[in-house]
Amino acid sequence: MSSPCRASLALAAVALLGGCDREERDSRGQPVTETVPAGATADTIYPGGPSGSTVTLSPKAAAYENNAYHIAQGQQLYGQMNCVGCHAHGGGGMGPALIDDEWRYGGRIEQIATTIVEGRPNGMPSFRGKLTDTQIWELAAYVRAMSGQVRKDAVGARTDEPSNTPPLTQTRREPIVPGEDATP
Amino acid sequence: MAGAVRWRLAALFICTLLATPAFAQTGAVTARSVAQADNGNWEMPGKNVAATRFSAMREITPANVRNLRVAFTASTGINRGHEAPPLVIGGTMYLVTPFPNKLIALDLTKPGAPTKWVFNPKPPTAAQGVACCDVVNRGAVYANGRLFFNTLDGRTVAVDARSGKLAWQTKLGDIQRGETMTMAPTVANGKVIVGNSGGEMGVRGWIAALDTGSGRVVWKAFNTGPDKDVLIGPRFRPFYAMDRGKDLGVKTWPPGAWKIGGGSVWGWVSYDPQLRLIYYGTGNPGPWNPEQRPGDNKWTTGVFARDVDTGQAVWFYQSTPHDLYDHDDINEIILVDMPVAKRMRPVLLRPARNGFFYVHDRRTGQLLSAKPYSYMNVAKGIDPHTGRLIPVPEKEPKVGRVVRNICPAAPGAKDWNPAAFSPITGVVYIPHINLCMDMGALEANYIAGTPYVGADVKMYAGPGGNRGVFTAWDPVHARKVWEFKEDLPLWSPALATAGGLVFYGTMDGWFKAIDQRNGKLVWQFKTGSGIIGQPISYRGPDGHQYVAVMSGVGGWAGAIVAGKLDPRDGTAALGFVNAMKDLPARTDAGGMLYVFTLPR
Ligand code: HEC
Repeated sequence: MSSPCRASLALAAVALLGGCDREERDSRGQPVTETVPAGATADTIYPGGPSGSTVTLSPKAAAYENNAYHIAQGQQLYGQMNCVGCHAHGGGGMGPALIDDEWRYGGRIEQIATTIVEGRPNGMPSFRGKLTDTQIWELAAYVRAMSGQVRKDAVGARTDEPSNTPPLTQTRREPIVPGEDATP
Repeated sequence: MAGAVRWRLAALFICTLLATPAFAQTGAVTARSVAQADNGNWEMPGKNVAATRFSAMREITPANVRNLRVAFTASTGINRGHEAPPLVIGGTMYLVTPFPNKLIALDLTKPGAPTKWVFNPKPPTAAQGVACCDVVNRGAVYANGRLFFNTLDGRTVAVDARSGKLAWQTKLGDIQRGETMTMAPTVANGKVIVGNSGGEMGVRGWIAALDTGSGRVVWKAFNTGPDKDVLIGPRFRPFYAMDRGKDLGVKTWPPGAWKIGGGSVWGWVSYDPQLRLIYYGTGNPGPWNPEQRPGDNKWTTGVFARDVDTGQAVWFYQSTPHDLYDHDDINEIILVDMPVAKRMRPVLLRPARNGFFYVHDRRTGQLLSAKPYSYMNVAKGIDPHTGRLIPVPEKEPKVGRVVRNICPAAPGAKDWNPAAFSPITGVVYIPHINLCMDMGALEANYIAGTPYVGADVKMYAGPGGNRGVFTAWDPVHARKVWEFKEDLPLWSPALATAGGLVFYGTMDGWFKAIDQRNGKLVWQFKTGSGIIGQPISYRGPDGHQYVAVMSGVGGWAGAIVAGKLDPRDGTAALGFVNAMKDLPARTDAGGMLYVFTLPR
């Protein structure tokens, strides 16, 4: 267990009941994964694929997805890499909204990671070579957090920006695939 | 009554289409030295190189306008913001659409105006990602049998007006560096004058003149950097000391910051054929976060006068030194002759984004008057001796704190959408906005092809709760003639006619006619989508007057609808979404031309 986790346990054990692994962070040893899926299928745009939600989350992706540290890192990168300039705080602008219930290229973490690495034809730049794979996973985890896809105890209660966007803890979960149950 | 006399004389002038020198002595304001006689066409967005947006047609009047009805319509099939005007040359109408920038020719001589041809420049889809505020296009211009317009991916194209075939194209902008082109060119002395967009993407602003025949670049001037790049030479004589000095385009920036400092040219270019000068304003400096660029940030947010043949700068006036709020100075520049201290002077009129209505002597750049035409609390005025804007220090955005109640907001007191000027009334009709904002500054990183902004913004209605205002302004006495409120921001330009009407549209789709005398609404028609397009008036092949406008909401103000943005995030579309949360319930996207005429 990492030291920030132990410290917070001491301070607020109640709040952390069952939430300890959300702070897990591999500061030593192997990073969670060094490979970003090169072409996670965007299951919402190609007809003729397998029916139903067949995409299963790899354990490695899951490690990023509900991890407070990685999500917080992703949030910082989201500002530093100028995602915020095109997508605002999820509402969109030059790029589409990321907090709504519509995903052009899929809203699962692998699919989002693919979007970030590869870029997308209508103006989403490719960040290949500009970010490490870890950073891409972190960004993807944060993008998921914006539409309420991750565990509430893994997201920060306040944003780093001076603006008054609502905290992620209050974000309603939006369905990933149309018709899918939106409750987590 | 002087007004009545002026009216009558001016009407006479319009009827005879004469330019008698005696007329100037009446004291009326005219655009005679620049504007051509009205031939019934609409060949460029501003109607003429003086940018008056005035039609000399008088068939439609306040008395009969209530009978105005739809003559025909045409869909563009595109769901983004339609800011361009239809152009009419003889029996053909031309529409340039937002991305993918199709040019559509309609045959006005046939019933229902069927399509003659469509020219498709096929810009790459990636260009959409770097267009800051919807994928708009502000129009084409006609000259010598060709239409000239810009494509989102940074090309200027010339198309044969009869056949719809490409005559030439010149690649000028690079989307990989965030450069797009959205402005409508101006043709001046055999040159197509164009400039780049991308002030939110860390571009370096420039303006270029291309040969109308070949598309070859005759000259290109940057708006930041060393004097030789800016085409500043021996002819350059700015009126005020603040704009004088060597290489100010380098020295008024932190080292190297001018290379990504903005100052783009996405608005309007006017031309005085007698002085052979073009006039245009430069865009905001980048990034928005002002702490990253201490200094005056020359030559952003100001006006240049340049020699049309060489591009050499003749004068410059910086309306907003060290801009704090994205107050681009790209708005229209209307060229008129007007009495100043009882003497007729060639002036230019500028209802500017920062909220001041500027009158300059267009030969020298000397400021003749500058009065606020809209609510503001970020500037105290303009020093008459130095010409310098006096900012309110408490309103300066700083990193790590949100400054509240900044008025006018980032889109200014008026954005790109031009006012119209009637030489009959001498009044400028200004459709504009009343928005304030909260702004927090953040450290911006420059990554080529991505936004370079560094600000978190939320806009909302200014005092009074209305987001739009329509102001009639008397430039001679620098005062309001009348004014009324509009609920939504006015993002559509105005059209003034000799019949005594002003036309404009609203973002929920109403196309309106008001009486020039008092601003009273005399006619309105609900179009299919919000209007941000430029209304025009022309003489149809049947000899009668028509009024036309594109409906199709979008643009920065309408991005919430055109881009399906999420209203739960007020900072979306650089903070404009916060002020427009009700728009999706009031209108939907869809480009459609509407043409109106009186029943016969
Ligand atoms: C230059 C503007 C721009 C920047 C910077 C940008 N994006 Fe995008 N993004 C877009 C556009 C435009 C699209 C839509 C692409 C399409 O439809 O083909 C998009 C699409 C996406 C999508 C897919 C949304 C869906 O509905 O499937 C995601 C996820 C995304 N961006 C995340 C990011 C992240 C994370 C960053 C920062 C690393 C980022 N974007 C930076 C413009 C941008």
